[in-house]
Amino acid sequence: MRPKRKQKLFMALGLVSLAAIAVGLTLYALRANINLFFSPIQIAAGDAPYERQIRAGGMVKEGSVARNPDSLDVEFTVTDYVEEVRVHYSGILPDLFREGQGVVVVGQLQRDGFIKADQVLARHDENYMPPEVSEALEAAGYSPADYQAKAAEVAKRVEEREGASQN
Amino acid sequence: MWAFINKLRSPKWFYAISARLLPWFWAAALILIVTGAIWGLLFAPADYQQGNSFRIIYVHVPAAFLAQSIFVSLAVTGLVFMVWKIKIADMAATVMAPLGAAMTFIALFSGAVWGVPTWGTWWMWDARLTSMLILLFLYLGVIALRGAFTSRDSASRAASVLAMVGVINIPIIKYSVDWWYTLHQPATFTVTGRAAMPMEMWLPLLIMVLGFYSFFIALTLMRTRSEILRREASKRWVRELAAEAK
Repeated sequence: MRPKRKQKLFMALGLVSLAAIAVGLTLYALRANINLFFSPIQIAAGDAPYERQIRAGGMVKEGSVARNPDSLDVEFTVTDYVEEVRVHYSGILPDLFREGQGVVVVGQLQRDGFIKADQVLARHDENYMPPEVSEALEAAGYSPADYQAKAAEVAKRVEEREGASQN
Repeated sequence: MWAFINKLRSPKWFYAISARLLPWFWAAALILIVTGAIWGLLFAPADYQQGNSFRIIYVHVPAAFLAQSIFVSLAVTGLVFMVWKIKIADMAATVMAPLGAAMTFIALFSGAVWGVPTWGTWWMWDARLTSMLILLFLYLGVIALRGAFTSRDSASRAASVLAMVGVINIPIIKYSVDWWYTLHQPATFTVTGRAAMPMEMWLPLLIMVLGFYSFFIALTLMRTRSEILRREASKRWVRELAAEAK
């Protein structure tokens, strides 16, 4: 390679790596803010501010949904299988909302420990399957979502919490 | 290897070889996209939760793949042009950018259409969606820079630099769903075929992805050929070609 070209190649690669470092540091500094939502672990640890608009995410706990038959009021528990937070909401829920479904709720954390939600979004997971397969899985006693992945995720969260309590 | 690269430098050689490759890529694109679309949209089973709205994946995922691949191609052709001054690389970059922008728009739009029934919102400032929007702006920036200079060489160099620096966004898009909590779910489709999707849903998606790539290659070859003719219009071989065509 001619020296001039070599110099240009190094300049180009240097420029790209400088930009990569800058972006990397920015993202590292903002890492907590880039998360779309707080997990119940973070809320239990007191990371989320009170009475300010926040987003919280997790799974709707099985058997926790309580609807008021006379209105659109609904209460449910969001869990990450380690900690839980109760949510109060009044409005129309997305079609995918159900027990065991991932959700993101937008609302304010009250001092009593529950979230007063303005909006509830369903969070879809990456598992796609035909209804027959999901029925067969359920008949065999498995939840449709990938069991292995869920177990690994829970283990990671427990680790995170232990890490958080050390700080 | 070097002989091949040296040949690639010649627009005339590229013009000749691409004429032979072009029909194959067009045929592959047509067959794959038609097969994949009919299979995916009509015959693949519905999803257990999303019902039929999951079929948007057959457009969304291939478009999102291409949007990212094309930007990486822009960065690579930009580097090749900057360092080795290979004109063909710059011509390819010129014609690829609008297609990449279109694919990014399709990915964002189809994602929003899917988001309304699935999430309950069409937009959320989560890391995946935001980084994809930044990709669209980067594409628009690359295209705008090409038009912003009177000298083509300056324009090409500015667009190449932006493509090379902007490529940092690509790993951010790809890993955003793993690094942070996002509304967007992690990847369903992987080439290694981890079982997030059964075969009868995965196979038509694979066909669609391959079809989109063939379409991209065919369109890029075709548009690069016309770019060659446009830029080399004063060269003897082009004038001879034009005389023959008459």
